[in-house]
Amino acid sequence: MAHVELLNVSKTFALKVKGVQRHARALDSLSFNVDKGEIVALAGPSGCGKTTALRIIMGLENASSGSVKVAGRQIAGCGFDRGMVFQHAELLPWRSAVENIKFGLEMKNLPQKEIDERAERFLNLVGLGHAKDHRPHQLSGGMKQRVGIARALAIDPEVLLMDEPFGALDSQTRETLQMELLDIHQRTGKTVIFVTHDLDEAVLLADRVVVMVGGHLREIIPIELERPRSDMRLIRSASEFARKRTMIWEALHEPAKPHELAA
Amino acid sequence: MSITETTTRAKTAKEQTSVAVEKAWSMPDWAITTVSLVVLIGLWQAAAPFIDPLFGSYPSQIFSSFLVMMESGTLAKAFWQSIQPFFAGYLLAALIGVPAGLLLGRYRVAEAALGIYVMAGYATPLIALVPLLMVWFGLGFAVKMVIIFLLAFFPICINTWVGVKAVPKTLVEVGTAFCAPQSRIMRQIVLPATLPYIMAGLRLAIGKAVIAMIIAEFLTAISGLGGIIINAANSFRTAEMFVPIICVMILAVVLDRLVAWLERKVAPWQSEIAGEHA
Ligand SMILES: Nc1ncnc2c1ncn2[C@@H]1O[C@H](COP(=O)(O)OP(=O)(O)O)[C@@H](O)[C@H]1O
Ligand SMILES: [Mg+2]
Repeated sequence: MAHVELLNVSKTFALKVKGVQRHARALDSLSFNVDKGEIVALAGPSGCGKTTALRIIMGLENASSGSVKVAGRQIAGCGFDRGMVFQHAELLPWRSAVENIKFGLEMKNLPQKEIDERAERFLNLVGLGHAKDHRPHQLSGGMKQRVGIARALAIDPEVLLMDEPFGALDSQTRETLQMELLDIHQRTGKTVIFVTHDLDEAVLLADRVVVMVGGHLREIIPIELERPRSDMRLIRSASEFARKRTMIWEALHEPAKPHELAA
Repeated sequence: MSITETTTRAKTAKEQTSVAVEKAWSMPDWAITTVSLVVLIGLWQAAAPFIDPLFGSYPSQIFSSFLVMMESGTLAKAFWQSIQPFFAGYLLAALIGVPAGLLLGRYRVAEAALGIYVMAGYATPLIALVPLLMVWFGLGFAVKMVIIFLLAFFPICINTWVGVKAVPKTLVEVGTAFCAPQSRIMRQIVLPATLPYIMAGLRLAIGKAVIAMIIAEFLTAISGLGGIIINAANSFRTAEMFVPIICVMILAVVLDRLVAWLERKVAPWQSEIAGEHA
């Protein structure tokens, strides 16, 4: 059974433009499944509805129509079964690194001892033991994002949702974090849905890439690269890597299909 | 003198001034403030021969008045009289103003139902209500406290309200994403994110409360520091009049520093992120 199921999810935003009420269709009948332990990338140009889809799966936004199921159950708002990593980390500026990781654990009402123990463990998991008491403004972009990832992982969600988590980082930091994510996934077997507009990143990390254009599903492209994908050089030079990268590129640049124009 | 010589000279001169400027810049804040005060008081004292003691006064004269009033105990008594309603009114304003502002900012219904009264209350010259307040609360402690409360409440409440409005939506969403109930979003996200605004409101309110205190003492039962001002002014004892005025100034500045210190204690991240001086 699929772990996360989207069925005909649509989202229309009402917005005012220069005082005139308008409607914007951000998602149009989006359907796809994610299996347990799978990494699925949502890829597509800016504004195609990736963030909206992820926010709906998280429960931060209600779909206008359609359904989202996690582990077979229709979602109703947020839940500890899903953990969110935000695009810009969104750490609480008054909390230190370790206190930020504790946030979700506190909301989960765990006993204090377990909160302390788990926060410490996940702080070390993302390699920030040395920056435990630093406040967000004392952390680099990459470190902030690490704390964001640890905060989401600490509540032990079944599904990790990530919105362009490495989008704002320099390429070296991004590569390091990509490898760390692969490593964490290897060890925890979490289901991961992440948003990216970076085709390399999509191919590198994902089992399948959901290509979206203008709120529509364009194509789902499976990536047949062996796991664990720990050797970046080997993966990047694999013919599958180049082939799939090209396929995604082509899917993105195909002319719109008739049903996509309807909206 | 050759051209090179001139330029070298000019350069050293420039370097010297820049070193001097840098030295001034590296003086600690309190030292700069002290120098400024000494200069001001010195200039004022130097102007003494030109000041008619009926229409003005100068530092040495004010200081001797101060000593006389300390000796007789009138100053301490007046200060104590003033400070009681001041703190009662101010603390009440903080205690009610902050939660009220949080609710106004966070809940649409509260804002739509009550926001208009808060705006109206802020815009109204509340001093105009003093005669009515005297009918309700008499001439003593209660009415003074109420006047101080009214003037201090609105800046605190409105600042908090504006602060809540300025909390980034994304931070509140972090709470939502981790299933935080409303009460914890309020306490653990909205409140800390609003603290800098609350502190700014508390500082603004000090000024308002000091004004309210003096006006209350002018208009209701004449008492306290305001009472001394009015009585001294009426009998043209100008130096004596300046003593409580300066006391009030010192009180306001000390309290302002106190709240600023409190802000650094409760919101240390804020001063680390913002407020770098040139
Ligand atoms: N809160 C909102 N109000 C109105 N329109 C929105 C809102 N959020 C997103 N949109 C619109 O929905 C579309 C998809 O946005 P988004 O999901 O953020 O795209 P992506 O993450 O792929 O860049 C965009 O056209 C955007 O303008
Ligand atoms: Mg986005």
